[in-house]
Amino acid sequence: MSASSPALRKKTSAAAKARPADRVFKFLSTAAAVSIVVILAGVALFLIVRALPAIVANWGKSSELSGGVTQGFSSFWAYVAPLAFGTVWASLIALLMATPVALGIALFISHYSPRKLANGLGYIIDLLAAVPSVVFGLWGIIVMRPLLIPLQQWLNEYLGWLPFFSGKVTSTGSSILTGAVVLAVMVLPIITSISREIFLQTPKLHEEAALALGSTRWEMVRLAVFPYAKSGVISAVLLGLGRALGETMAVAMIISPAIIASFTIVTEGQNSQTIAANIALSFPIASGLQRDALIGTGLMLFVISLAVNMVARLIVSGNSGKKSKKKKKAEVAPPADEVSPASADESPVSVLHPRGHEASGATEGVTE
Amino acid sequence: MSAATAERTGSRNRLTSGQLPRYATLYTLAASIVVAAAIMGLMGFNWIGLAALSALIYLIAITVLSSVVENRRRATDRFIRGLVTVFFILALLPLISTLWTVVSKGIGVMSWSFISTSGGQSHIDPKTLELVTPQGALQAIVGTLEITGLATLFSVPIGLLTAIYLVEYAAPTFWLRRVVNFLVDVMTGIPSIVAGLFAFSLFTLLMGPKAFSGLSAAVALSVLMIPTVVRSSEEMLRLVPADLREAAYALGVTKFVTIVRIVIPTAIAGIATGITLAIARVIGETAPIFMAASFTDSFNANPFSGAMQTLPVMSYTGYKFPGQDIELSNNLAWGAALLLVIIVVILNLIARLVAMIFAPKTGR
Repeated sequence: MSASSPALRKKTSAAAKARPADRVFKFLSTAAAVSIVVILAGVALFLIVRALPAIVANWGKSSELSGGVTQGFSSFWAYVAPLAFGTVWASLIALLMATPVALGIALFISHYSPRKLANGLGYIIDLLAAVPSVVFGLWGIIVMRPLLIPLQQWLNEYLGWLPFFSGKVTSTGSSILTGAVVLAVMVLPIITSISREIFLQTPKLHEEAALALGSTRWEMVRLAVFPYAKSGVISAVLLGLGRALGETMAVAMIISPAIIASFTIVTEGQNSQTIAANIALSFPIASGLQRDALIGTGLMLFVISLAVNMVARLIVSGNSGKKSKKKKKAEVAPPADEVSPASADESPVSVLHPRGHEASGATEGVTE
Repeated sequence: MSAATAERTGSRNRLTSGQLPRYATLYTLAASIVVAAAIMGLMGFNWIGLAALSALIYLIAITVLSSVVENRRRATDRFIRGLVTVFFILALLPLISTLWTVVSKGIGVMSWSFISTSGGQSHIDPKTLELVTPQGALQAIVGTLEITGLATLFSVPIGLLTAIYLVEYAAPTFWLRRVVNFLVDVMTGIPSIVAGLFAFSLFTLLMGPKAFSGLSAAVALSVLMIPTVVRSSEEMLRLVPADLREAAYALGVTKFVTIVRIVIPTAIAGIATGITLAIARVIGETAPIFMAASFTDSFNANPFSGAMQTLPVMSYTGYKFPGQDIELSNNLAWGAALLLVIIVVILNLIARLVAMIFAPKTGR
């Protein structure tokens, strides 16, 4: 109709002129996406190239590897095994302390604190994540080490028959336990912020259904929030584990280590050592092949944390698939479910558990 | 409300009977603190003990009270409520303690000359680990700013363009999109020290054994920063309503112009916030910079050659490898830590301000 109007003709020509820019931009953004692949491949490749000489070397024969930071190990695997153990061990202890507290905090922010404060409180916890790790390391040296010595002496004296608390108790506080406490503080904000988000995503209808059936707040959390958030929380904990595995500075500054696999957590000088901390401490004084060996341990750390992260992502994606299946089932079934909550005239306590689940199933069907 | 009514009328209200009065929690808490203080008075007083003991007594008291007056279900509920509150306060303690320690320890060396002069000129040998006591932090401040600036320069274009690719160009099921999405997740989990080792390996393989440089550290930081930038930008771009894009397309605007003139300006506040937070996160990284740029006391403003000092590394080395005057080294370490914390706090405030001033224009 107005194809011949000058304005429109000008417009189409402008659009035509813009097309090369369009193509360039698309190319650029695709190239950026591809560069992610390249960078990650580069990380793996360069680590492997540098580490390979040390991995294949004969550690007994090599004059470089039989001295210095790698002294006394028969092969690369003998060197990396206790370190890998120490990494996992320290992280697990940290996680054991951090997880309940982090979940409690997440629950407090999402379901217990006053609504108006929730955002601010979440921000305060996020501040904990903003503190640089080296500052936590200094704080661990100055504050946590002396603070935890009495506790460790007590553990060693009265629970010393357990392998964890046995051995000669630390006098400076440079034990795995101290390091793990600081590690726990550092992974706390990660687990908290992810699980908080997931707790908040619980469908309101599930929560209201539970409350309407007379459950207390905690029962509502147990019936509606936890089942919904389970997989998310597991992956949050695993992501926290990933962070703890790779944490360097706090551990390097606090723990007084030896490269051995040891379960003791209140000793010093005979603790397990973590990969990351070992690299940080040994790297400046290593040379040549020793550095390659350290890079090899870094490669192992990369592999371990990669595995942990992948498992975390798999749980998330695997569960979202399961959830959609559940939803489909609920969609088929709603009529039967909808009847049951209405006919609830027994005491709320006795019917709460089965009814709570049915009610949530029904609302899921309705909302979908 | 109903409790007050019941008290006024004097008759027991059926709805409120068998419940603790409204302020029972507060009374119990006050009583717990008093009892805890009394016990501490007998055993010797300290604040941490008082807090821990009050919390313990409160948890026990409220649970017992509630299970006597109310029922077991309510008792559990009150116990959990108290427990999560205690956990929250427990998490505040390290935060307050850390900030207090850093400020009180670092404020002593903080002065204009600490910020404006650089450390000793003499060269140090990383192999013997002999450090000449540095007097100032200028070299570390310059190093931190340059390395972080370079890292931002590398990661923002790559991160933002990747986010644009993921949101605007790639079809949801396209293989490259799935791969990139997965790899960004993987990249988020790279331990920081591994990023440092990567930069070290890359530069030593390309440029020979003495390859410590600020550039190398910036590359290491970029590896850590890119996934953060991608994720936050992606999230913000997704918040831009599809209506805006469709309106632009309907007017015959090309995709490129739509993205640059419509989508990005709409999301710019969120993107800027995300980038600022990403900077705040990597500026405190110690291990990768330590690996890639080593450390030095002499002033080096050229990021392309030679070791560079940064604030976190200065803080670390001041403690781990102190000079002759150990106390002075430690003090300087605390000074560097304080400067670092100040920078991080400022960056966080900027991020908050940007987010607040340019409130989302998405209508959500």
